[in-house]
Amino acid sequence: MAAAVISWLAVGILLATSTGLLLTRDWRWSLGLLALQYFAMFWLVLQYWPFGMAAVKLVTGWMVSAAIGITRLGLPEKEEAAEAAWPQGRLFRLFAAGIVVLTTASATPGLSNLFASVSAPVLAGSLLLMGMGLLHLGITGQVLRVVLGLLTVLAGFETLYAALESSILVAALLAVVNLGLALAGAYLLTSAAPAEEESE
Amino acid sequence: MTAPFLWIGVPLLAGPFSLILRRDRAVTIFGGLTAAILALIALFVPIDVAMLIGPLSLKISPSAQILGRSLSLDQADGSLLAILYGLAALWFFGAQAAGAARRLVPIGLGILGLLVASIAVQPFLFAAPTIQIAALLTVPLLVRPDQTPGRGIVRFLIYQTLAMPFILFAGWLLAGVESSPGDLELAVQSAAMLGLGFAFLLAVFPLYNWIPMLLEESPPYAVGFLLWCFPSITSFFLIGFLDRYTFLRTSPAFLAALQTAGLLMVVTGGIWAAFQRHLGRMMGYAAIAETGFFLLAASLNSGAGIQTIFLQLVPRGLGTAVWALALTVVQPQVEGFGFSEVRGLARRNPLAVAALILAHLSVVGFPLLAGFPVRLALWEGLARQSLGQAAWMLVGLLGLLAGAVRTLAVTVMADEDTAWQWNGTQVQSLMLGVGILGIFVLGIFPQAMQPFLVNLPAMFEHLGR
Repeated sequence: MAAAVISWLAVGILLATSTGLLLTRDWRWSLGLLALQYFAMFWLVLQYWPFGMAAVKLVTGWMVSAAIGITRLGLPEKEEAAEAAWPQGRLFRLFAAGIVVLTTASATPGLSNLFASVSAPVLAGSLLLMGMGLLHLGITGQVLRVVLGLLTVLAGFETLYAALESSILVAALLAVVNLGLALAGAYLLTSAAPAEEESE
Repeated sequence: MTAPFLWIGVPLLAGPFSLILRRDRAVTIFGGLTAAILALIALFVPIDVAMLIGPLSLKISPSAQILGRSLSLDQADGSLLAILYGLAALWFFGAQAAGAARRLVPIGLGILGLLVASIAVQPFLFAAPTIQIAALLTVPLLVRPDQTPGRGIVRFLIYQTLAMPFILFAGWLLAGVESSPGDLELAVQSAAMLGLGFAFLLAVFPLYNWIPMLLEESPPYAVGFLLWCFPSITSFFLIGFLDRYTFLRTSPAFLAALQTAGLLMVVTGGIWAAFQRHLGRMMGYAAIAETGFFLLAASLNSGAGIQTIFLQLVPRGLGTAVWALALTVVQPQVEGFGFSEVRGLARRNPLAVAALILAHLSVVGFPLLAGFPVRLALWEGLARQSLGQAAWMLVGLLGLLAGAVRTLAVTVMADEDTAWQWNGTQVQSLMLGVGILGIFVLGIFPQAMQPFLVNLPAMFEHLGR
């Protein structure tokens, strides 16, 4: 019972962090939320994987956050450029996040038939992360935001997939994918930097 | 020695090692020779057969264990490895002519090693994360450190990353279908997941918009390498699914979806190419049409269809390499690849323009060129199934042909008193000359590829019969 409550608490944390990632424009807050998101994900994965393997997700996630953070720290401070093509209002993003939450809440019971071996909090948490990540990708074209969106989608996918597949090789490959994505993002951030300075 | 170490481990180690070489020429020779030697070993040394060399007994074991799973390359994979590493050698030797050796060779060897790992990994659906890691490795190849990343690279990253979850989920669902074959709903769900995954991975209509974007914003030789190696190897991944799961290869709906997607890519690629005014984007649309041809061949679901897929491998690799090299060679002589900027280019670099046009015509399936036997075989197979679909393929080919004719018209459109020049280095001329010769040889003597292709069907237990 207590474990179920804590699992739902982890889902609540995922809701807060993924919504926060969508709303905040400060990269420090974003990376802090991402790190917290990986902690909640770790808790959900722990239901299916032994501690040592689940910890790989947490350590990888924190390494990802650190890699992006260190790269961003080395770049000049500036306001994030507004994206003309996308709706920017916080109210709009909150509304869109609300739709994702509603979709997740309505889809979880139906999908629990398909994923019979997966507990409701894990299913809800993973669907929520995937939905929020896709929403994030849909409303931004900035490198940092895109990488955060992709990492969120992958975190959601990995949470669910951990309940279905416990191969060490897959865990290792997915950890490399996450780190690779962070490094690719860091590379693109640094290569984007000079031109962005010019446009200021 | 194990086959996975030789064809996966060696390129993965050779890539970083080439970074310590200082001169472009040394990097090119190192990368080209490494790939060529691996191709020759794959061609002449049988896997899992003991060979006596004097007093020494040499045997390449087919599999190796890594983290509890197996990487396996058997005798049937030998021909494919020879083709892949042989074409890679061509790309690496051409890299010096393109001025891209220092980036292409280290990263290209790594990508190739990972993509071969995707063929070798068991269970085979674990190939998805391996392909994703290879895709991430292309980022520094496509974007220079001093270049602002454009929309193309961002979309490429998004689409390739989204492909992996869909394919892994599809693999899990397909395992369920295997255990309960009567569950129609599960079969539909898994097929839909798989379709979405491969739509992202192979840049199937309408998810291909990153290709022309990338060819506008990134070095053409690097994008060309990407457009050669990824579709060539991921297509084997798709055929692996079709071969493994009976319900997929016998499902008329799934095969019809493949055929429709293929036709859409050929027709839209052809039509956009016909109206295109940018040489880079033109190459992008031709690459899209090439993937469409592959999907069409896969949808034929017969021994002939599989043979057509194998037949495409070498002409596609060679044509893309020649096209990308030609674009790279003319790049310093023009301000951009727009039609207004390349007007009269044939007088300034006739060899590169000839290579460009011939590579384009080869994609169209022009007689005497490398693509001709492939298009003919595909068209014949398609016409046997439906004349209407064969007609749609013709529309796509005519669009591509119109693009080639327009390119030719623009590049030869110079004032009469403009003098002919011979720009470009000797290495560039040599590589372009070899490429043009190869396009003609494969077109006139397609049977020259037969020794490489004859064993490939053995890779697939059911479709290869």
